[in-house]
Amino acid sequence: MKATRTWRAALSAFGWRHGVMANISLLGLPAVWFACLYLAAIGAMLVTAFWQVDDLSGNLIPGFSLSNFSVLVSDPIYRIIAVRTVFIAAAVTLADAVLAWPFAYAMVRLAGPKLRAVLMALVLVPLWSSYLARVYAWRLILAHDGVLNWALSAIGIPGVHIGYSNWAMWIVFSYLWLPFMILPIAAALERIPPNLMEASADLGERGLATFRRVILPLALPGMAAGAIFTFSLTLGDFVTPMLVGGTGSDFIGNVVYANVGVTNNIPFAAAYATLPLGVMAVFLLLARRLGAFDAL
Amino acid sequence: MAVDQQPEAAKRPIISMVGVAKAYGGAVALENLDLTVFAGEFFTLLGPSGSGKTTTLRLIAGFERPDSGQILLDGTDLAALPPFERPVNTVFQDYALFPHLTLIENVAYGLRARKMPKREAHALAQAALEQVRLGQFGTRKPAQLSGGQRQRVALARAMVNQPRVLLLDEPLGALDLKLRHQMQEELKRLQHESGITFIYVTHDQDEALSMSDRIAVFSQGRIEQVGTPFDLYERPNSAFVADFVGSSNLIGSAHDRLLRPEKIKLLPVPAALPDGHEGQTGVLHQATYLGALTRYIVRLADGTEVQAMEANILPLTDRLRLLPGDRVLAVWPRLAITPVQISTAANIDNQGEVE
Repeated sequence: MKATRTWRAALSAFGWRHGVMANISLLGLPAVWFACLYLAAIGAMLVTAFWQVDDLSGNLIPGFSLSNFSVLVSDPIYRIIAVRTVFIAAAVTLADAVLAWPFAYAMVRLAGPKLRAVLMALVLVPLWSSYLARVYAWRLILAHDGVLNWALSAIGIPGVHIGYSNWAMWIVFSYLWLPFMILPIAAALERIPPNLMEASADLGERGLATFRRVILPLALPGMAAGAIFTFSLTLGDFVTPMLVGGTGSDFIGNVVYANVGVTNNIPFAAAYATLPLGVMAVFLLLARRLGAFDAL
Repeated sequence: MAVDQQPEAAKRPIISMVGVAKAYGGAVALENLDLTVFAGEFFTLLGPSGSGKTTTLRLIAGFERPDSGQILLDGTDLAALPPFERPVNTVFQDYALFPHLTLIENVAYGLRARKMPKREAHALAQAALEQVRLGQFGTRKPAQLSGGQRQRVALARAMVNQPRVLLLDEPLGALDLKLRHQMQEELKRLQHESGITFIYVTHDQDEALSMSDRIAVFSQGRIEQVGTPFDLYERPNSAFVADFVGSSNLIGSAHDRLLRPEKIKLLPVPAALPDGHEGQTGVLHQATYLGALTRYIVRLADGTEVQAMEANILPLTDRLRLLPGDRVLAVWPRLAITPVQISTAANIDNQGEVE
């Protein structure tokens, strides 16, 4: 027992004396993981994007060819799918931001400890259940003879035809990713000292102006983090478009899926998959330009 | 209050609190508070933590609502007004500067809230920053400032709005002693120049005595006494006030005669009682050198322990004038004795002495 304690103490003391070594020991394993599984995968994807597939044998032809990209640019269908994907990802992000702000604010600033726990559970509990189960549930809700239209007709409103449409995808995606917007905004709000709100009121600003001048700029990094989640999760999804989108509502992910699984054209799939990567990079640059990370 | 003998008729009340009560859950923060502050006054709310002084300030600012009673500003009830519609401003204990805004933007915040054009607001903010000697720092963010500088920005941010009343919540609490003394003088100067009524919350009796026109001493949600620094120190009306404002000896068989430590003189025995004095022999129990002063604790013949403060007028070499164990005659002028009520003496035990 005594001996164990001694070498542990010695190790701690060594780490204390050599801060660099302590950092290396903490970051080493995650760094290896990151390099092998993450960067290597992206690297492989970027390289493969310039390969070709032999039409007859289906074998991969390594090399450097821009033909995958020229197909993507010349065939309008891929432009339509890309625009649809990005547009819905943006619409989902916007909807989630609008829904998340009041909810997060109420949870962090207004609710007592009990209500707060309940609200937090409401955010988290859906994440415990299967993604597929929840998307199928929405299929039943939004279908032509689904729960939504049944409820609408019960109160005398004519039914809506939003099952298997872009509207359905927008609603389901917004529902799916809402927790990922609420949690970072709530965390950011929590870090704002409450007396800043009092100071703002004291200096003559009412609630909405205080939100605009104090709360929004200070919690913006939280919203940026949430937006990265909602935007990128939507951008990369292919299951929800498949289940609730219906025909003619393919996402980039569906094309990638089809090329990997059905047509076995992995280089083409890799080429198309670079697009979300580029879109995310532009998104992050824009967010930084807007000052989203200034308060970090 | 009874001891406050100021010619009040000549002064104009600006804040009047009438029968104000406030409780949090079951805990009473204020019970039936009556308080009048006059226009142009430097008025201090003094008391230990939890005595209700900060609650009083927050009620005036509008951050809390009273359970009952009225708060009048210039005769108008503030009850229905939210903080952003009250013509008062607050200097917060930890400054509450907006971290994402520059100093100019911080100071101009209240002016912009009143829809003043940006150029005009920033010009006024710049002038206000110059008044607190931070004119060259306008483009900095609060994080780049020291505590004392942040304090001055908070002051400028509140004062630039020319509030009817400026509320200050222990604004110097986080500063070191030297800086605190500088800021005390600066606050007095700013108050004098602006003519704005200051309501100042502190638990520091020295701060209260040195800055205030009048002081209200709070204890357990009630005001013990309101008066000038002279009133409170020389004629406290309760043992609590006597002990909280300065240090006190309570002598006599009923422990109801206040004798301030600095009014006691210790003579080596044998000695004669000087004219106009009374005194007792005793044994020196403790002697503590404090630099400017020496504090003695003497056990008098009747068993009472008293504290005596002596200015170290002559340079001391390596020993104090008197040492523990010495027999002394403790004497004090008869006029130095003040009778006090001891009804609230119980408070003394749990409040102790405040430095």
